[in-house]
Amino acid sequence: MEFFSNFVDQFWPQTRNGLTLGSIYAMIALGYTMVYGVLQLINFAHSEVFMVSTFTTLFAYRDWFNVVAPASGVGLLVLLMGGLIPAMIFSAVLAVLIERFAYRPLRKRGAPRLSFLISAIGASFFIQYLFVLMDGQHSLIFFDLPNIAGPSPQTVPTVMETSTVFTVFDTPFSNKRVIVILAAALMLFVLDRFVRQTKMGRGIRAVAQDAEAASMMGVDINRVIVVTFAVGGLMAGAAGFLYILVLGVPAFWFIGFLPGIKAFTAAVLGGIGNIRGAMVGGLLLGLVEAYSVPLFGAEWTDVTAFVVLVLVLLFRPTGIMGEEVGS
Amino acid sequence: MPEAMLELKNVVVRYGGIEAVRGISINVSQGEFLTLIGGNGAGKSTTLRTISGVKKLAEGEIYFEGERIDALPSHEIVEMGLSQVPEGRHIFPRMSVRENLSMGAFSRKGGKALSEDFDRVFELFAVLKEREKQMGGTLSGGEQQMLAVGRALMSHPRLLMLDEPSMGLAPLFVEKIFDLLRKVHEQGTTILLVEQNAQVALQIADRGYVLETGEIVLEDDADKLLTNDQVRKAYLGEG
Ligand SMILES: Nc1ncnc2c1ncn2[C@@H]1O[C@H](COP(=O)(O)OP(=O)(O)OP(=O)(O)O)[C@@H](O)[C@H]1O
Ligand SMILES: [Mg+2]
Repeated sequence: MEFFSNFVDQFWPQTRNGLTLGSIYAMIALGYTMVYGVLQLINFAHSEVFMVSTFTTLFAYRDWFNVVAPASGVGLLVLLMGGLIPAMIFSAVLAVLIERFAYRPLRKRGAPRLSFLISAIGASFFIQYLFVLMDGQHSLIFFDLPNIAGPSPQTVPTVMETSTVFTVFDTPFSNKRVIVILAAALMLFVLDRFVRQTKMGRGIRAVAQDAEAASMMGVDINRVIVVTFAVGGLMAGAAGFLYILVLGVPAFWFIGFLPGIKAFTAAVLGGIGNIRGAMVGGLLLGLVEAYSVPLFGAEWTDVTAFVVLVLVLLFRPTGIMGEEVGS
Repeated sequence: MPEAMLELKNVVVRYGGIEAVRGISINVSQGEFLTLIGGNGAGKSTTLRTISGVKKLAEGEIYFEGERIDALPSHEIVEMGLSQVPEGRHIFPRMSVRENLSMGAFSRKGGKALSEDFDRVFELFAVLKEREKQMGGTLSGGEQQMLAVGRALMSHPRLLMLDEPSMGLAPLFVEKIFDLLRKVHEQGTTILLVEQNAQVALQIADRGYVLETGEIVLEDDADKLLTNDQVRKAYLGEG
């Protein structure tokens, strides 16, 4: 019974933790699911799009803003924006580059599915090991690689002190968590409106539902694909920034791996290709992981997450919301 | 003879090593109602898809209003005023009827469908109005066909191409679709109609081409084709 009393005791704090992490998973998951929608391809290099944002944040704080101590007030606001915006931009740029060099050439030649998968994995490794070599001591032919990353984790300067903003059900919510949850909610909302109500959003959904018909309606497929990668990159970039902010973990060339796989899991859980499904899947996965801590112990979270995935897929093979590509 | 609105010159289209279209030349004049008939696998859909730029040609040239279009991406071709109702309808299954129709106006400036465009389509197909909010994928085949035609009309095409719009439709609906095409044509839209139902197509069209295994074997006024022995034997189930 200790099992259960633990769970009951920790229910609210873990709900809070689950929502925080889950909203980050949801933001990454969107990139997988949207790209799958337009290309029927799992972009395994998406975890590196996330990874790049952690280094962008590091670079912004360490080398541009020279952060030495936590800030507050307007200064803090500037720092938060000064980390978030470049993180989103660099991630979007990387996502577009991945499409341009790893997928588009294959698409032009009508390559089989398997080639895309290999190219995705190749791009992922290429980017990871490129970051390992970015330690200021390596050069690529005649081009000196900058000192941004390297093989070991790099501590990101702390820009804000943690403090409690409010307490519900005896559960304190820190300022960082509030920022993460609000920012994620805002971005997910904006994305949902973008996809549903703008012309480009309609184009994205049309391509996902029937690419040939979409091009006969005058949709520029290449442009839709680029925008889809860019939007997925913006989301993953914001996710990486928030991840560093709330967890205080260092930037690391391998940091994208687990969140990436988890977000991919979340996308499948929600129904791959289904945008709202990715949001639901992300939050659900975050909650499952959090609840597994009091139930089985913290070391079991990853196992629990994947067992849940398998169980859900056994009963609902197309995910919770269904594989409604482009809806 | 007036300058052709659409002109195909010795167009060859291949799928891998297979030549589906073998050097055909077709002219469509402004204001004309043209039909392209032929049996299964003759290359009719391939021809239309190539005109729309969805499939690229291997050899030859295509001109629309004097401008060469065979190397253009399909979205630019649509923007020039050349719309297609593809074979098999290709309705967006998870968009509502209204949203499907608004996709038809995607190529227009700002991509906005005007309420009078919706009104025009709803006037032609009252059933679409009733089902405005229903998802495209849940419509019946006939309703989807009407939606596909309505969607193409939303772009105000100057040349409307239709690939077997009568396929799978009850006779009543076939009649309805063809009445509609007549109306659209009278309003000034040039039409290129692909049909297996040669009887109906030749009755409505001004002129026709007969396509067989990728080659044009006949070209004449529609009423002459209707009485042509070869056509009657092969496509009208007579003789
Ligand atoms: N995507 C494709 N890949 C390979 N071959 C194809 C493809 N599409 C069509 N073909 C071949 O090209 C030829 C012409 O096909 P097409 O679809 O143009 O004929 P069609 O006249 O439209 O026939 P139908 O009346 O049955 O629709 C056929 O032999 C067909 O098998
Ligand atoms: Mg056909």
